[in-house]
Amino acid sequence: MLEPAVKVEELVKHYPTAVAVDGISFVVRRGVTAALLGGNGAGKTTTLSILLGLLLPTAGRVRVLGEDMLRHRYRVLPRINFSSPFVDLPHRLTVRQNLSIYARLYGLPRRRERIERLAEDLQIEGFLERPAGKLSAGQKTRVALAKALLNEPELLLLDEPTASLDPDTGDWVRGYLESYRARTGATILMASHNMAEVERLCSDVMMMKAGRIVDHGSPEALIDRYGRTNLEEVFLHIARGSQAVLEPVA
Amino acid sequence: MNRSGAPAARVWAMLLRYLYLLRSSWPRTVELMYWPTLQMLVWGFMSQFLYVNTNYVFRAFGVLLAAVMLWDVLFRGQLGLSISFLEEMWARNLGHLFVTPLRPYEWVLSLLSMSMIRVLLGIVPAALLAIPLYHYSIFAMGLPLVGFFAVLLIMGWALGMAICGLILRQGMGAEGLAWTVVFTLSPISAVYYPVSILPGWLQHIAWALPSTYVFEGMRAVLFTGIFRADYLLTAAALDVLYVTLGAFAFLFAFRDARRRGALLQMGE
Repeated sequence: MLEPAVKVEELVKHYPTAVAVDGISFVVRRGVTAALLGGNGAGKTTTLSILLGLLLPTAGRVRVLGEDMLRHRYRVLPRINFSSPFVDLPHRLTVRQNLSIYARLYGLPRRRERIERLAEDLQIEGFLERPAGKLSAGQKTRVALAKALLNEPELLLLDEPTASLDPDTGDWVRGYLESYRARTGATILMASHNMAEVERLCSDVMMMKAGRIVDHGSPEALIDRYGRTNLEEVFLHIARGSQAVLEPVA
Repeated sequence: MNRSGAPAARVWAMLLRYLYLLRSSWPRTVELMYWPTLQMLVWGFMSQFLYVNTNYVFRAFGVLLAAVMLWDVLFRGQLGLSISFLEEMWARNLGHLFVTPLRPYEWVLSLLSMSMIRVLLGIVPAALLAIPLYHYSIFAMGLPLVGFFAVLLIMGWALGMAICGLILRQGMGAEGLAWTVVFTLSPISAVYYPVSILPGWLQHIAWALPSTYVFEGMRAVLFTGIFRADYLLTAAALDVLYVTLGAFAFLFAFRDARRRGALLQMGE
């Protein structure tokens, strides 16, 4: 039987002046879309960075696609990818040049065909020859997504995938992610503040606060457990609570 | 679909990334040639003046010109590496690069390759221009020139890696080091005068630098026609030491950046 896509045990990340992640454990099953949900400073991005190998944890174990990420990350990295509106692609290179560089870094064969196909899928053909720095926010998001899908990742990690997008473009991106997961069977793990997005896309949600996972479950289960009408109300209840681990509303 | 490819392919990918950048901005390419050419013009005319006025230059007309051009190999070697490194910082691109199968050493190899390309683009036009202008060809130095070039380039790489490590450690506030540090070595490398001019205590420091052996060796070739293989071998041995230290400093700083979470945050 296949191991989960992600298995995190007792993960801790201390900085000299702060505890970013405080002993969290969770599992993300293969083929699902899951979310780390929490306010600013909850530890979502720190957790994603550790899963990507960009950040070394203070303690804990991380297995990604059945491999120990801390010891064998170069076995895992070709099989995963990442997109974030907060990490840019080089501005002066054209979109095609950027995608070509990343395709080479992943050792992809038939790079031109792969780029052309992704460009068509993500509707970026019109600006393949334009410098990446001259794109609108929506165009940049689609190009970043193209970069993230170049190697057809088994695990796609997304940090705020629709931040700063207008509702129409945000909806289009969410639709594309749903179709990608359905088509490839990939696992998606996202960090998000956008409750509607998480409700629509995710079957598993980890609610984070102050570096800890304070609750988890499906969006429906969380809404029921807290007696709320939507995930945003659950989020606000948890975010505004004074206890690290909160009791559901009676 | 999932594969990681060969290290050489990833090094080539990164090299291509910097070549695209160079190609995208003609002023950058012109600038590469501008400073070495300007230096050569200034020192060339100065050499012409001193040629009829001093015994030192009389002994070999090209000594100052050769020194200027070889100094630029060291300077451009270091700067070429540091600039390509800084391109990633300015672009805030490390977060994307290091979630690919790219290893830090592969990145370093691409930076070294780009540094060599930048040095050649800068120095060769200036050296060729000196031939019609002053009837002086640095290439007349023959095979020793290859050794001098290699030693200075590798010393530039060692310095460049150490500076990049410092920038990774200290953040973009240390960016200015990329342009300034190498100049502190100029007075003690005995670029334009013999090392014996320096105070005794400074000579000990000077002889710890590979560059000093190159410039002394260059003067030996130009003044006496004797190639000092002992100088070149000592310089090469020092290069091995410094490039190892530079590589360790860079890789240590890279690992430290992973520990501190700086790879995602590094930028302007």
